[in-house]
Amino acid sequence: MQQINLLLASLPDGILLGFVYGVAAMGLTLIWGVMNVINLSHGPIIALGMFGSYLAFIKLGINPYLALFLIAAAGLLLGIVIYMVAVNRVINAPHLSSLLATFSVNMIIIGLGTAAFTTSPYNVDFSMGQIQIGSTSLLGTRLIAALVAILVTGSLYIFLYRTRPGKYIRAVANNRSAAELMGIPSTQILALSFGLGTMLAAIAGGLIATFFPFSILSGGGYELKSFVIGVLGGLGNPVGALAGGLVLGVLESIIPAFMEASWVPVIEFGLFIVILLVKPSGLFGAKK
Amino acid sequence: MKNWQKHTGLILPILALVGMVLWPTISGSVAARESIFTILKAIALASSLNILLGYTGYVSFGHIVYYGFGGYIGFFLLTAQGWPLWSAMLAGGVSSALLAFLLGKAILRLRGAYFALATIGVNEAMRNLVTKLDFIGGPTGLTLNFKTYLAYGGAAKALEMSFYVLALIVLAAILLSHFVRISKFGLGLLAIRENEDAAEVMGVNAPDAKTWAYVLSAIIPGIVGVLFFFKNGNVEPNDAFPLHSSIELLVMVMLGGQGTVLGPILGAFAYQGMRGFLVTNAFFKDIQLSVSGAILLMIVLFFPSGAIGWLRQRLPALRRILA
Repeated sequence: MQQINLLLASLPDGILLGFVYGVAAMGLTLIWGVMNVINLSHGPIIALGMFGSYLAFIKLGINPYLALFLIAAAGLLLGIVIYMVAVNRVINAPHLSSLLATFSVNMIIIGLGTAAFTTSPYNVDFSMGQIQIGSTSLLGTRLIAALVAILVTGSLYIFLYRTRPGKYIRAVANNRSAAELMGIPSTQILALSFGLGTMLAAIAGGLIATFFPFSILSGGGYELKSFVIGVLGGLGNPVGALAGGLVLGVLESIIPAFMEASWVPVIEFGLFIVILLVKPSGLFGAKK
Repeated sequence: MKNWQKHTGLILPILALVGMVLWPTISGSVAARESIFTILKAIALASSLNILLGYTGYVSFGHIVYYGFGGYIGFFLLTAQGWPLWSAMLAGGVSSALLAFLLGKAILRLRGAYFALATIGVNEAMRNLVTKLDFIGGPTGLTLNFKTYLAYGGAAKALEMSFYVLALIVLAAILLSHFVRISKFGLGLLAIRENEDAAEVMGVNAPDAKTWAYVLSAIIPGIVGVLFFFKNGNVEPNDAFPLHSSIELLVMVMLGGQGTVLGPILGAFAYQGMRGFLVTNAFFKDIQLSVSGAILLMIVLFFPSGAIGWLRQRLPALRRILA
C-alpha cells in the first residue's frame, strides 16, 4: 500500500518530466534523422540553455518562459554556426569524423563555459506554486514545462509537415541528392535542421533549469538520457522521441518505489543495450 | 633475407619506447618517470583501441570499460584474496578478454553509430552497476593495504617497478599491434574496415574476425588497469570507468593516425604532452579544454588520416618505416 501511495505521488511527476526529456531527445533524433550525425555537443547545448535561463531571469529579470524565445533563437543560431564550422566538411565522411567533430565542439563549449561559470552548481529560483490532486501535488513549473514541451512538439510537427522549409528538411532527410536535383539548397537545409536540433536541446535546458539545479557539466547526463530515449523511440523519429521520453520519465518515477533509486541508471542503460540489440529501430520505429 | 623487411615498421615504435624508458632511468628524476608513466599508459590503451578502431573500423566510445573491469577484478583479487600482482594482472587481462568476447558476440552485430552508442551504454551500465556492488566497495571502491607493497620491496620500489612493468606491457601492445597488422587476420580486419559486406563475399568470416579483434583490443587495457590501480593504491567507479578517457583515447589515435602502429604512440605522446603544457600554462589553464577541442576539430576537418597518415601520403619512400 505504501508503494502504491509512493507511485501515485511520483508517477505524475515522472510523466511531466518525461515530456521535457522528450524535447531534448527530439533535438538529437532530428539531427540523426536528417543527416545521420550523432551530435555529441548535445549535452553542453542543453547546459547552455540552462545558463540562458539563469542569465535572463537572475541578471536581466526576464520571466523564464519569455526567455525561452530568446534561448530558442540563440540555440538556432548557435546550431547553424556549429554546422557550418564543424559538421559541413565531414557530413559525408565516416561516422568517426562527425562524432569527433561534434565532440570537439562539446570540448570547446565546456572549456569556455567552465572558464565563465566555473563548475559549481547554479539555481534558477522560480516558483509557480503547486496544484493538489488528492494526495499528489504537482509543481507548477513542471506542469508548465510539460505544456511547453507539448506545444514545441506540435509546432515542430506543423513546421515539418505543413511549411515549405519543413518539407525541404524531410526531402533532404529522405534523399539528399534527389532533393538537390529538385533545386533544394541542401547545405542550407542541413544547417537549418542542425539549428533546429540544437534549438530543441536549448529549450529543454531552459525548461529543466526552472526545477533542477545545474552546472555547466550537467548537460552530459541529459545527453546520455537523450541517447537512451532516442534509441527507445527509434532514432530519427521525433514523435517516437516524445514517447520514449515519457517511457523514461515513467521508469524513473516507478523504479524507486521497488528498489533503491540508484538502480535507475543501471536499468536505463541495460534497457538501452537490450533495445539496441533486439530492436535497433526502437519501440516506435526509426525513420523510414 | 626478405623476411625482416616485413618488420621495419617496428623500428621507430621500439626506439621511441626505449628512449622513453631510458630518459627517467638515466636522469633518475621521479617527476620525469611519473609523466612518462602517464604517457606509456596512454600508449598501451591507444594501441589496443587502434586494433578495433584503426584496423577494423569500429568506433568504440567505451573502450575504457575493459580497463576498469579488468582493473577491478585484478584489484579485488589482489586486496581481498591476497593474490600476487602477476596473477592478478593476468586475471585482469583474461577477464577483460572474456567480457569482450561475450559482449562482442552481441554488440558487434551493430554497425556504425549504433555500435558507438552501444559502447557508451555498456560503459555507463557497468559504472553504475559497480557502484551498486557492495563486496567491491560500492561507490567508494577498494583500497590497497599499504603492507602489500612490502612484498615488492616497499612503496617506493613498487612504484619504480610498476614503471618497468608498464614498459613491458607497452612493448607487448606494440608487438601485438604490429603482428595483427601484418597477419592474414589483420588483412581481413582491414577489409572489414573498407567494406564489411564485400569482405564477407571475399571469404572473410566477419563476425569471428570482429570478435577476435575486439577480444585482442581488450586484453591489454585489463592488464594495465590492474597495474595502474596497484600503483595508485585504490580504485573507485569514477576512476575506473571515465567516459571522457575513452574519448581522449579516440583523439590520440586520430591525432597520430588510425590504422598504423606508430600513430597511436605518436598521438598519445603528443596529446599528453599538449595537455601537460596547456594545464600548466598560465594563459591556457582555464580554457585548456577549449584549446584541445579546437585542435581536435582542426585535425578532424583537415587531417583526417592523422600525422602518420599524412606523412605516409607525402613521403611514399618512408612507408616501410612509418607503418
